[in-house]
Amino acid sequence: MNITQRYRYLYKPLVFVAGVAPLAWMICGALQLFGASLGADPVKKLEHECGKTALNFLLLTLSVTPVRELAGLPQLLRLRRMLGLFAFFYAVVHFTVYLVLDLELNFRLLGADIVKRPYITIGFSALLLLLPLALTSTNGMMRRLGRRWQSLHRLIYLIAALAVWHFYWQVKRDVREPLLYVGMLALLLAYRLLRWRARRARRAAPAAAPAVQLTSRSGSATAPERT
Amino acid sequence: MLTRVPQIAPSEITPAGVYFNRRTFLAGAVASAASASLPAGEAAPPSESALSYRRNPQYSVSEPPNRLEEIAGYNNFYEFGTDKESPSRYAHTLRTRPWSVTVQGEAEVRGRFDLEDLLKGRALEERVYRFRCVEAWSLVVPWIGFPLSELLARFKPTSSAKYVEFTTLYDPARMPGQHSGVLNWPYVEGLRIDEAMHPLTLMVVGLYGRVLPNQDGAPLRLIVPWKYGFKSIKSIVQIRFSERQPNTAWNVAAPQEYGFYANVNPQVDHPRWSQATERRIGAPFLAARQPTLPFNGYAAQVASLYQGMDLRRYF
Repeated sequence: MNITQRYRYLYKPLVFVAGVAPLAWMICGALQLFGASLGADPVKKLEHECGKTALNFLLLTLSVTPVRELAGLPQLLRLRRMLGLFAFFYAVVHFTVYLVLDLELNFRLLGADIVKRPYITIGFSALLLLLPLALTSTNGMMRRLGRRWQSLHRLIYLIAALAVWHFYWQVKRDVREPLLYVGMLALLLAYRLLRWRARRARRAAPAAAPAVQLTSRSGSATAPERT
Repeated sequence: MLTRVPQIAPSEITPAGVYFNRRTFLAGAVASAASASLPAGEAAPPSESALSYRRNPQYSVSEPPNRLEEIAGYNNFYEFGTDKESPSRYAHTLRTRPWSVTVQGEAEVRGRFDLEDLLKGRALEERVYRFRCVEAWSLVVPWIGFPLSELLARFKPTSSAKYVEFTTLYDPARMPGQHSGVLNWPYVEGLRIDEAMHPLTLMVVGLYGRVLPNQDGAPLRLIVPWKYGFKSIKSIVQIRFSERQPNTAWNVAAPQEYGFYANVNPQVDHPRWSQATERRIGAPFLAARQPTLPFNGYAAQVASLYQGMDLRRYF
């Protein structure tokens, strides 16, 4: 198998199975199959598990670029769309569980929550912002949007920040787990910032640019003057 | 059915016959659940854990109680971890005998009392109370206990005793959650003396006819049914009468979110979520959300305690 075939027939199906696994586990829990259980409050459990799974896929999506660059695996890009779509999928299920099972389709409560509860306002915004990204994830839309596609999809940074904030803010007291997500997101965003600075430095001093700029953080000697 | 939450009225009390049948049915369910959920080698000693008590229908709601697995499997007891499942998983390390309670402060009778001594000769009663968590979920629980006022009277509080402060055991070796800084340990709660002496305020030693499971606050806990659950402190080792309002655990942790009074109030939202409705644990699919009642449905009995107080300010 060449690399394209390996991705198409092996890696992508594996990622798909991994993406469906949390849902399958939750369904087993809801039906009490294979010893899985959602505990005494299955609604909250489902709600939280879907939310966290969405967040996990969001961070995985953001990890693709650093990993492919640092590990020298450019082909990993082929998996990114699926990871992003799983993030969207679980965010939609998370919202659906909240609206249908938790609020029991009480739209008055939904409206009040979105307007009055900052953590829900934030989470809902993140979900709305994910929608255009999911809709423009096809090859056709990528072609049609051209350069604008990338600008649009930079929204993912904002979405990830909103999602992590949403998690942090709804916790009653024990913020250790949300803080872990804050830390991971900070690392992923810091990588972008450093890369962006390195690229800017390279553009400013093209002759001096070494072959591998990424890992050699530009020191003060090569840093461009602020203009 | 669950969306209709009745006030307690004599006409609404479950007929004794129905109640008795429910009880025998539940007794079987409890016994099998207990044997199924306990790890091998820790089988419950049923003869020791069974309590003798009488039912008190006057103070019981007619709503169906939650199953024992729900009451003992879904707990906020941060001493054993912050997940709802952690207490049921880890609280078996708690040793509830020997157990003593220290009495301090503005009372004539002070000192250290063995739990057996405090319970000796006390008539236990079962009361089916609503339990409303500040997190907007709720249960209905058949507690076994006795009025706190009976216990407090024994210590002869002085006229300076305006408040009662309760403290939970501090034992990080057996309460691993106390290694974390989530709250200031030990957990402290408190009541105004008139709240403490109110007939609804219960000292609890059991539920469903048996001694309390550890995760529900064994061997001695408070239940104040018209307040959010965090006021009902668990595994009590100290009672202190004081002139000043005690500094309570959640109030210290987040004063803008958790007040000293913490009366259930659908009109006063938590800063981050609504308190207008609640979800009843274990209720049928899509029928769990119901309106929250002022004072958790006990307004007729307790609203007068707060006459003239601004309940938004004293939340």
